[in-house]
Amino acid sequence: MNQILKMVLVLTILGLISGLVLSLVSNYATPLIHKNEQEAMEEAIYYVLPETANYETKTANGKTLYVAKDEGGTPIGLAFTASGSGYQGTIKLMVGVTKDLEKVKGIEILESEETPGLGGKIRGENFKSQFRDLVARQDLTLVKAAPTEPGEVQAITGATISSKTVINTINKEINTIKELDVVKDFLSSGA
Amino acid sequence: MTKDFLKGLWQENPVFVQVLGMCPTLAVTTSLINGLSMGLATTFVLVASGLAISSLRKLIPDQVRIASFMIIISSFVTVVKLLFEAHIPSISAQLGPYLPLIVTNCIILGRQEAFASKEPVSRSLMDALGMGLGFALALVILGSVRELFYQGTIGNLEILGNWYKSMVIMVQPAGAFISLSLLVALFKRISGKE
Repeated sequence: MNQILKMVLVLTILGLISGLVLSLVSNYATPLIHKNEQEAMEEAIYYVLPETANYETKTANGKTLYVAKDEGGTPIGLAFTASGSGYQGTIKLMVGVTKDLEKVKGIEILESEETPGLGGKIRGENFKSQFRDLVARQDLTLVKAAPTEPGEVQAITGATISSKTVINTINKEINTIKELDVVKDFLSSGA
Repeated sequence: MTKDFLKGLWQENPVFVQVLGMCPTLAVTTSLINGLSMGLATTFVLVASGLAISSLRKLIPDQVRIASFMIIISSFVTVVKLLFEAHIPSISAQLGPYLPLIVTNCIILGRQEAFASKEPVSRSLMDALGMGLGFALALVILGSVRELFYQGTIGNLEILGNWYKSMVIMVQPAGAFISLSLLVALFKRISGKE
């Protein structure tokens, strides 16, 4: 009996101490972690829309849109996140487009678990720079050789699936965004 | 005391001699910095839980010792994970799920069973430091080799010139197995065991 009591007591006390320590550390770390995520998001917005001076967050149909503005407060474009499944897990992107939704201004990879050295290259400047001022009046298309037509993006050698996911995700998201009332208003206001 | 420390670094190196903790060893050593951060995080958990378990060794009943060890180890791992996410988010993103998976690293539970639960606090500290740094050393070597042959750099410093064409296999699992086995062979050769 004594032995059993001791076992229960030791485990209970250890559990209590562990819970106490973890809640203290978590209290300290959670705001910092939240701040880091916020900063990463903000950095991505400024990266995909380089002329942004400040931005405003709007929510519509469960989607979050970041309306980027220049120094005078005039809207210059929209940024939004989009995700699709890549070769290994989800690829999450930040996409920046002009306010008329006719050009992609830039993209940033927020999360990806693609194979390092192959699909992982979607994080590289070589791939991402193809999306700077890319015409997106029609859906973007993926090509194997160097792009000749507007709206074409060259796939990464050995990583067609990852490249394709990025393109498809952007296309799908732009088409969804176009249908949102907020964006329609935004487009017709000619802002 | 010095012997307790040194054996982890060389004679009983957890990676090269005992071949323990292979999951993080193979998975995160794509670069020097990743190997180093994983090594140091593991060292912290080893030392902290070694100290805790060694000081409580007379209070913990034998029948529930594994459960008690796991409570202590997983608490420290969670602390490390939260602190990494709060202060070095970029490294925490690189290590991904392998940071919380330190909890399953068999070096940690192994050292508690084999050493900390039987020996006084000071010797356990030395043992944990030795094993932890030995593990970190192995990960740093493996990380440097793989980074060097992948993109010609070590710790992002250019070692091989522009002529070097990157070897993609080195950052993939196959490259991890190949480099690890070559390093283990080299280690055996140097220590003169085979």
